[in-house]
Amino acid sequence: MRNDERMKRRIARAKRADAAMTGVFYSVGGFFLLLLIVLAGYIITKGVLDFYPELLSFTRQGIGNQFFNTVYLVFLSLVISVPLGAAAGVYMAEYARPGKVTTFLRICIESLSSLPSIVVGLFGYLVFILMTGAKWNLMAGALAVSILSLPLITTTTEDALRSLPKGYKEGSMSLGATHWRTITKVMLPACLPRIITGVILAAGRGFGEAAALLYTAGQSTNINWSNWDITSPTCPLNPFRPGETLALHIWVMRTEGSLNPNSAAIANFSSAVLIIMVLGFSLLARMLTRRLNKKQGGLK
Amino acid sequence: MLGKNRFGRALVTACGLFIILLTVSIGTFLIIKGTGTFTKYHHTVWEFLFSADWAPLDTPGEGGGQVGAAIYICGSLLTCGLALLFVTPFCIAAAIFMTEISPKAGAKLLQPAVEIFVGIPSVVYGWIGLTVLVPFIRDVFHAKMGGYSVLAASIVLAVMIFPTITTVAADAIRGVPMDFRKAAYGLGSTRWQVISRVVVPAASQGIFTGVILGLARAFGEALAVAMVIGKTRAFPKGLLWPTNNLTAAIAADMGNSSNGGEQNLALWTMALLLFLISMLFIFLIHRVAKAGEKKHA
Repeated sequence: MRNDERMKRRIARAKRADAAMTGVFYSVGGFFLLLLIVLAGYIITKGVLDFYPELLSFTRQGIGNQFFNTVYLVFLSLVISVPLGAAAGVYMAEYARPGKVTTFLRICIESLSSLPSIVVGLFGYLVFILMTGAKWNLMAGALAVSILSLPLITTTTEDALRSLPKGYKEGSMSLGATHWRTITKVMLPACLPRIITGVILAAGRGFGEAAALLYTAGQSTNINWSNWDITSPTCPLNPFRPGETLALHIWVMRTEGSLNPNSAAIANFSSAVLIIMVLGFSLLARMLTRRLNKKQGGLK
Repeated sequence: MLGKNRFGRALVTACGLFIILLTVSIGTFLIIKGTGTFTKYHHTVWEFLFSADWAPLDTPGEGGGQVGAAIYICGSLLTCGLALLFVTPFCIAAAIFMTEISPKAGAKLLQPAVEIFVGIPSVVYGWIGLTVLVPFIRDVFHAKMGGYSVLAASIVLAVMIFPTITTVAADAIRGVPMDFRKAAYGLGSTRWQVISRVVVPAASQGIFTGVILGLARAFGEALAVAMVIGKTRAFPKGLLWPTNNLTAAIAADMGNSSNGGEQNLALWTMALLLFLISMLFIFLIHRVAKAGEKKHA
């Protein structure tokens, strides 16, 4: 009888512990959700509250130039990293034979993806600025960001190709297409949505990158919007001019805050714009994934 | 036709090799620049790692200053360690919530939230830390140096690495075979018993990998930490005291140092150290994965 009592108590204790821990887990989950909502809400409302019309202008008081630089820099970096990364991904998925070189390449991709962005920034500073003798420029920044997004695009492409049903490749090859034609005309188009999702994620990362741009793209910008001579250092489209981005602008506003009376408002608004862009991009990536899942589900 | 086939193959192979070339050249440049402190200015590795005297000269070719980076190294270790300590239990709890307790809410609410957390730029985290956390610490704890502190830096880092650890841990927990749970429930365990005695131990390797990945991210983070750590060249006397760390020092001083000077090369040595540490993390992850394979075989 005493053993029964003890057992009952043990069971009751286990049940109580279970209920308590369930409560803990719910509160942790809820806490993080709340944290995100509060964080995003705070950033956006603060940016909106501090808004004044000049913020949208392309002057020192506005962030128009920085916004343009950000978009342009991310565009340039994608132009470089997407073809390179996708090609390397194709190599990894289709051509690489198991062996020392492939293992080493895999380690390289992994190392690249875990490199601190400030280290990549320093490498960019050394190679693209000091060794070429150039001033801070957008191109150097774009190259540095490319190094950061390259591993992401490579692994996304490789995973997408590998997860494609075997039938795609076999069907095309058995019709007499060469391996290369199969890749470019059948396999890559079939996994394009997944690759695009990866590219969107890479772009989102590029928008927020700052440490790698500190010593490559530079911490100032000077654009003359009526100057369309592409070789001129103030032409908006010249990739070899200094081009401070939005994320870097927040950093600069903090360090040079005393020089600009509106620095807090500018940083707040820049943060809000960055957050909205990030939210938009992750929404876009989600929508693409969902549509893709539906499409593939429909085939079954 | 076949020519194109061969050309395509050569093209993608070249791109693959380019990645190797890129990684190797990053490593090589860092090693060449980073070892300058020891070869050109004849400092010892011991001095760099363990001395707290930091007074390098900034004239190219002129040595004789001190390059002890112990304060920066200590700052990095301390903030990252504390961040991990704060956030790891929360991450594991969140991962368990997403996978075991409420997979539906996890997939619909928490997973997207975590993805958004990942996307928030680190500068924005730093800015929030600067405008909210630093004044908060100043007013509530009456910190001496205006709230710039080890505590602020650790909290910012903790929020930043939360999504990394949670995502990897959740994947690891999802990977635990269903049979494990069935067997444990069949023996009459409560859900908490199944989670704490079966699922989490079985997923411990994956969770550990997540922790290392989070640590790697925290170690490499520069600007967010630089904004809140205070950047004073002294060991912190407590959680509420400011200090400095490797990445913040590089970010702040690299632009003002003349190329090839003692200070410049010492900063490169710090970058090399960061590179070596991130290599060490990768090595650790592989070791953990290998140990896991052995255990299951």
